[in-house]
Amino acid sequence: MPINLDTIRGMPYFSGLDDSALAAVSRYFFEKKAVRGDTLVFEGAPAEVLYFVVAGVVKVFKTSADGKEQILHVIRPGDSFNDVPVLGGINLVSAAAMSAAVLNGIKKKDLEALSKEYPRIALNVINVLSQRVQEMIELVEDLSFRNVSGRVAKILLEHIGTGGGENPRLTQQEIAAMIGTAREMVGRSFRTLEEEGAIKIERNLIVITDKAALRKIAGIIE
Amino acid sequence: MVSNMPVIDTEKCDKCGLCISICKCGILVMGDDGVKAIESEDCSRCTTWCNTCELVCPTGAITCPFEVVLEDGRE
Repeated sequence: MPINLDTIRGMPYFSGLDDSALAAVSRYFFEKKAVRGDTLVFEGAPAEVLYFVVAGVVKVFKTSADGKEQILHVIRPGDSFNDVPVLGGINLVSAAAMSAAVLNGIKKKDLEALSKEYPRIALNVINVLSQRVQEMIELVEDLSFRNVSGRVAKILLEHIGTGGGENPRLTQQEIAAMIGTAREMVGRSFRTLEEEGAIKIERNLIVITDKAALRKIAGIIE
Repeated sequence: MVSNMPVIDTEKCDKCGLCISICKCGILVMGDDGVKAIESEDCSRCTTWCNTCELVCPTGAITCPFEVVLEDGRE
C-alpha cells in the first residue's frame, strides 16, 4: 500500500522537504502490521529498521534478568521508535505491540542513502536524536537523583482513606504530576514498594501493609 | 464505594480509540461522545486494573483511580 505523503510530511525526520523529495522518500517505506503482543524489536539484536507508528500503540521496554519488564516509552501514532540504535548499532531495548498496530518502516541503509541525497534529512536526524538524548537525560535524572519511590511513598501516606470512597482518589497520572516524574516511573515505584513489603495492590486499592516501612522509605523521621 | 471502572472524561476524549485497542478486559467501547466503559450491575470485568488505558491515553481523558487504605486499620 502506498504511503501517504502527508503522513511522511508529519514525521520530524522529513519535515521541510518539498513534494518531490517526499515522493522519493515514500518509495523506501514499507508497511508492517502487528497484532497485540507481537515483539517488533528484540533487545540485543542488530537494528535494521526505523519504525513509525501509524495506528495502535507500541511499548518500548527493557527486561531484567529475572524477567521484570520496565516500560520506558509508550509510542502512539505519529511517533517513531528504534531511532538511536538504527543510527548506531544494536537494539538497547525491545519493542512490542500493545494493540493491533500498523507501522511504517524504513531500512537503515535507505535512510542513510536518503540523508546523503537530501541533507535536510540529516539535519532533521540530528534534531530528533537531540530530543532523544534530552529524554534519556531526564530518565537518568529520575533514576539517579530523584528518590521517586520515596516521594510516591509520601504521597500514599498523605492520602490514606478508609476504602469507602470518601477520600480523594489518586491516579498514577496525578501522582506523576505531583512529584514531577513520568507515569511509567510511578508504576515502577509501586512495584518497588510492593517488593519492599510496604504496600500491596489489590485491584483499585493500594493497601499499606507496613506503615512504618513506608514512612522510612518516605524519609519521615520518627 | 470505590468505582470499579476506569473514569472517562468525555470532554477530553478525542476518540482515538487507543484505549479500546489495548484493553484486555474488553470493557471499553466507542460511544457518540467518546469512549465509555460498559457498565453492569455487578461489573467485575475490568479484572486487572492494569492502568494501561490510562498509560496510553494521549489526552489524559481516562484514568484508573485507586484509594489508599491501611491493612486492617493497623498502624
